[in-house]
Amino acid sequence: MKKYILLFVFLCISNFSFADGHTKPIKIGILHSLSGTMAISETTLKDTMLMLIEQQNKKGGILGRKIEPVVVDPASNWPLFAEKARELITVQKVDVMFGCWTSVSRKSALPVLEELNALLFYPVQYEGEESSKNVFYTGAAPNQQAIPATDYYLDELGVKKFALLGTDYVYPRTTNKILKQYLIDKGIPESDIFVNYTPFGHSDWSKIVSDVVSLGADGKKVGVISTINGDANIGFYKELAAAGVKADDIPVVAFSVGEEELSGLDTTNLVGHLAAWNYFQSAESDLNTSFIKAWKSKMGDKRVTNDPMEAHVIGFEMYVKAVEKAGTTDVNAVRKAMYGMKVPNLTGGTAEMLPNHHLSKPVLIGEILENGQFDIISQTKEVPGDAWTNHLAESAPLKSDWKTLGCGMYNTKTKKCVQIKSNY
Amino acid sequence: MKYFFLILFTISGINPTFSDERLRSFINENSNYIIKSSSKTVDNILKKVDDFNEESVTQFLTLWKNKKLYYIKKSKNIVLAKKADDNSYKVFDIFSKPLIKKLSKKNLKKIKPNSGVRAKISSALVRFQIFSKDEEKRLNSIKALEKKILPEHLDLLRKALSLEQNIMLRDRLQNLLYLAILEFSQNKIEKIKVLDKLSGNTSIEIRAAFSKVLRTSKIMATDDLKKLKNKNVARIIIPEKTIKNKYGEAEPINILFKNKPELNILKAYEIAERSGYVNKRVSLENIKNILESNIENGKVFGVNVIELNNFSKRIDIYNKFAVENNKELYKTVSDLENDLSKFHFYTTYTEKSKKVTDKAIQILSSINLKVKFYKYLDLLIDGLSLASIYFLGAIGLAITFGVMRVINMAHGEFIMMGAYTGYIVQLYISNHTLSLIIAFPLAFLITFLAGVIMERLVIRHLYKNPLDTLLATFGISIALQQLAKNIFGTQARPLTSPQWLDGALTINDDLSISYIRIAIFILGLIFFSLLLFVMKKTRFGLETRSVTQNPAMAANMGINPEKINMLTFGFGSGIAGIAGVAIGLFSKVTSELGSEYIVQSFMTVVVGGVGSIWGTLAGASLIGFLQKIIEWFNPSNTLAAQTYMIIFIILFIQFRPRGLIALKGRAANDQ
Amino acid sequence: MINKIKDPLSQHLLIFVITMFLFTILVTFLSEPYGINLISTSFVKVLGKTLCLCIAAVAMDVVWGYCGILSLGHFAFFGLGGYMIGMWLMYERTELIVLNSINEQQLPLTPSELKEAIGNQIFGVVGGKEIPNIWIFADNIYMQLLLVVLVPGLLAFIFGWLAFRSRVTGVYLSILTQAMTLALSLYLFQNDSGLRGNNGLSGLQNIPHIEGLGQPSISIWFFWFSSIALLLTLFIFKFILNSKFGSVITAVRDNETRLRFFGYNVESYKLFIFVLTAIITGLAGAIYYPQAGIINPAEIAPIASIYLAVWVAIGGRGNLYGAILGASSVSLLSSWFTGGNAPNIPLGFYTIEWVNWWTVFLGIGFVLITIFSKNGLIGFLNNIFIKIK
Repeated sequence: MKKYILLFVFLCISNFSFADGHTKPIKIGILHSLSGTMAISETTLKDTMLMLIEQQNKKGGILGRKIEPVVVDPASNWPLFAEKARELITVQKVDVMFGCWTSVSRKSALPVLEELNALLFYPVQYEGEESSKNVFYTGAAPNQQAIPATDYYLDELGVKKFALLGTDYVYPRTTNKILKQYLIDKGIPESDIFVNYTPFGHSDWSKIVSDVVSLGADGKKVGVISTINGDANIGFYKELAAAGVKADDIPVVAFSVGEEELSGLDTTNLVGHLAAWNYFQSAESDLNTSFIKAWKSKMGDKRVTNDPMEAHVIGFEMYVKAVEKAGTTDVNAVRKAMYGMKVPNLTGGTAEMLPNHHLSKPVLIGEILENGQFDIISQTKEVPGDAWTNHLAESAPLKSDWKTLGCGMYNTKTKKCVQIKSNY
Repeated sequence: MKYFFLILFTISGINPTFSDERLRSFINENSNYIIKSSSKTVDNILKKVDDFNEESVTQFLTLWKNKKLYYIKKSKNIVLAKKADDNSYKVFDIFSKPLIKKLSKKNLKKIKPNSGVRAKISSALVRFQIFSKDEEKRLNSIKALEKKILPEHLDLLRKALSLEQNIMLRDRLQNLLYLAILEFSQNKIEKIKVLDKLSGNTSIEIRAAFSKVLRTSKIMATDDLKKLKNKNVARIIIPEKTIKNKYGEAEPINILFKNKPELNILKAYEIAERSGYVNKRVSLENIKNILESNIENGKVFGVNVIELNNFSKRIDIYNKFAVENNKELYKTVSDLENDLSKFHFYTTYTEKSKKVTDKAIQILSSINLKVKFYKYLDLLIDGLSLASIYFLGAIGLAITFGVMRVINMAHGEFIMMGAYTGYIVQLYISNHTLSLIIAFPLAFLITFLAGVIMERLVIRHLYKNPLDTLLATFGISIALQQLAKNIFGTQARPLTSPQWLDGALTINDDLSISYIRIAIFILGLIFFSLLLFVMKKTRFGLETRSVTQNPAMAANMGINPEKINMLTFGFGSGIAGIAGVAIGLFSKVTSELGSEYIVQSFMTVVVGGVGSIWGTLAGASLIGFLQKIIEWFNPSNTLAAQTYMIIFIILFIQFRPRGLIALKGRAANDQ
Repeated sequence: MINKIKDPLSQHLLIFVITMFLFTILVTFLSEPYGINLISTSFVKVLGKTLCLCIAAVAMDVVWGYCGILSLGHFAFFGLGGYMIGMWLMYERTELIVLNSINEQQLPLTPSELKEAIGNQIFGVVGGKEIPNIWIFADNIYMQLLLVVLVPGLLAFIFGWLAFRSRVTGVYLSILTQAMTLALSLYLFQNDSGLRGNNGLSGLQNIPHIEGLGQPSISIWFFWFSSIALLLTLFIFKFILNSKFGSVITAVRDNETRLRFFGYNVESYKLFIFVLTAIITGLAGAIYYPQAGIINPAEIAPIASIYLAVWVAIGGRGNLYGAILGASSVSLLSSWFTGGNAPNIPLGFYTIEWVNWWTVFLGIGFVLITIFSKNGLIGFLNNIFIKIK
């Protein structure tokens, strides 16, 4: 009995011995899963952050203070994101956090962040409909990825019939809801929009692929918009290739497939299918070249770079500048310094942090090449990220402006802040 | 000097080089359209290129389409370029290809038309190439036409068909001509003839062409059905009551399938309003807005705001206001229905002739009947394929759990080890066929050894208590999974099938099955017969069976039960390893590969009946087919299918606790 | 067999109650809001959650260690309890937000408008807006609390009745219970299940009406709840197991057939224990998830229930303290080792990073304990204790 009281005490104390340091480095918490289903994607982001921190420390840190990364593993377990976030903020006393991948994990950490007034940089494309005071969204909102890609289908490829395939979770659900409404507004009848959801890691795709092929039976051009996540893509693309679906007949545009995901695949049969992102490794700019070089020299020649990594690069750069501008790591001061902050992005333009905590970024559409890279066939100017979509009736009047209105969910019709905290 | 030549060419007039020069300046004038090409603007250029020399235009368009063109960033001039060294390119002119200069990489950019633009270019190339002497070029233009036919291609096709000599190409042209006639011809009789010719053809393009003939207009309203006499009416729509069928006709709604009516009352009312038959409806939302804009000091038209928390009160107040101000009153749904009862809603076919549409319906329905048959066949094949995957996943368990009654939770990890073995072999042997030939026995060997080691170290001590085995093997399972993660990382690893397994056996557009699934099916068959043979016909099988039935007696007969147990367990594990290679081929190789199959595999064995290899086969078939059938009823939700399947299994076991194929006699009683 | 060691239940209960009480007081005294701020709120939450897991482990021990039913689906009940309380927490919180956002220049909401607004807030993120029928009682805490008991209880009753009636036993039953929790989690993973699919219910730590208290205080309160709940659970099971009824239960485990020949209706006994433990597990879940903050279907995937069994096995089957010891030590150690706090071990040629290697060692640990120490950690400790004596 006593033994495990001792154990408890031991645990309490051991927790503390790490709590404060004597020198005062700037602590950056890294909240990415290193085990479990999401480790596939998130481990890379942890490595990116460690590399960026190392580089910054070589330059002398921030404000003359070294940066100290604190890595935790929420293990792809959503409740653990809340627990670990709290631990990072209150026990490790980090100044800022970079992390999360799935929307669920972000929504799990959100209440903790808002309660303790912490700061999180979230690097992944997401479904929008959120703007938290305590999160900077460096990934794409739907109007920076999904809507332009759909426009590309409508205008450039003349697609008339849509198959929205997704993994069954928040991001595809909300994105597809927005896209469906958008397509209906554009005059596509509801009967020409086929929606299907599959579980995480789904592997039996033959039926779904053949269903998509037979959508073409009424003579309209079919296009697939895929929000399929992670591993499941491998089976999906393998089945597409086996069924002989060519990009010219039925193009597939994916929002969750980047260089990293393709590296696990034989891409010869996927040439010509599409992906929409704000960054591709093949983007031509000096900054990108040197970033890729640094990444490969650290992680090995075979490793590739992708969009969420660029989001972390931009986010980190902005944070560094904001702290330097504010002269402190105090969350409120840093937040204020972030608005209007501009840093060059890796694709050659400039990213700007908007008062709604989203970035302005260019939208790139790439065709898959044989070597698993993307051929960029369309690149827009910087598009400002929209926290609340204009394409859903209930979100259209909402607006987020933390700088002047101090509200992330402001109803422009009733002129009232609906809520200060976010929906979770 | 340059000018001199220019003048010279101008004088010589018909010289093609002169025409090239004109084309070049045309291109450079329009370079913006070419550099930032878009489907919307590319027609501007494609329409105008007719004026120029055919050959040069063809050359230019082909280069453009194949992403061979570059432009110089400063001057926006369009050129060809060839890599000279890492940082610079040799730049050529598009036509005469003299070396202009060397430019550094930064000053050049590749022109990348998107696939929409490329399709339009191909389509534009058709008229230059379809009569070409080069068969290859004719084939290219046929391919382009198969993607998209434009109205102007109808006459081109008639002419091309009459000239074509090659039989293969003739067939394709003939097919294209049919499609073009259905879509663009104005001649009724010709269309009906074509329709007749195409009966029985189930390909997707043909069905698409039929559907195009049967396209219908937007929904319209009329107050008198007699007015529609001269129109080719597709269907009369009754709001909330009818749906549209495949042929554009109306059908009463089927409550069983919960399908939504094509037109609801509110939409119908809007359509009637657009046609000017009724006034604009006041919605609850409108009422709310009107009331809200009239809030003064917490009161609306003299009523306290707080009282307005129900619709009937709001409507009352609004109606009072409306009467006073001569505005439209609020109408309830039954009011709307009353209003609409005088009107009819309908759509027409875009095809004017009723004869054509009737014929199309008649033939399409007979085609659809065939298609339906193929769909059922396809479902059958899908079920068979899923069953063989389940069978592969469970086959090793059929021995370790089915015959030996050992609950091996690490079975999934043996499958994973097999898959990783396949991956590693491919790292060293790049020939995929050869690597597979090596991977299969190697995977067997490795997992066989792993199984033997596990049996010796752990399971041997726990034969008396199956539940303890479950826990211990679960421990091994999570340890192995994490080990795999530590060694191979969390990334999915590729396990590529050999070329001859790529693609699918296509019988027609609705019935195709990928070769890899056929291979898995065959592999399942081989395993099944192999196992049956080993267990029933070999000495090892005999000994295994006797040891599991009665170890003491078997030992008396001179069999070493320890050795047999070890070998049997190794054998079962080894088979799981081979299955792993096969499973890795069609899905992906990750450390979590095995855990996806473990629960399903146990259920397969339990449903089929423990102790019988036939049972495992029966279990896998039942589960595979059932899942596909449930999915078929609810195609947009795969998860639901899996849920219902498991619930079915739970219920099934209540009624047949010993599974589909139950052992009889003594062997059945040892649990 | 397993507990030949004299039944330690009554012997040690007093000691345990006193220890628990002192421990709870100690934590409160060291906590941020009510003490000297030596223990962080996040650690208080971890402790509170661990106590809830201990409750589930105790229930698991009763059903497995005493009654011999190895249920690999008990975490399904835990999750269901969490879902039931989560529905009220989300609904009530959202209702307050919606009511708060109305200003004077607007009409008050009609009941259906209110429902729509709440539905939009809750289901907006998963692409819906209508409140499904299963949320019918979500606005009423008492009904929802009743459901915390009823839903897991009913599921256990139906499942148990079906299974025990057709005499599914042993390994088959284990696989069947595993199938049950898999089916439930797959069902909940669907968006159409009406419980927000993969996203689950979130923000549960913000308890409506008392949000002003702040998380540090709320987590201490929940810590107390959990602690009291654990003691109550122990009392209930001690009472049952020490009665004649308890001996029958143990007899079911040791020789079911003989007991049946004696004329006992074995199925009813099993069913009673199965349902009772399910209800208690469900209640534990209802205290756990407001502390965790989010519940989603991954929580009730089969592996969670297997872990529950493993905790009991490690701690020591057939000994309720063993279950508590197993659950608390393994889950706390897991959270410590995966938290990145444990120092890495450099071996010179290779550095063992605990984040990567902890699970491997844990797995090997299971194997060793099942082979070498049938009575788990508590048996091991007991042996040492006896030897010292």
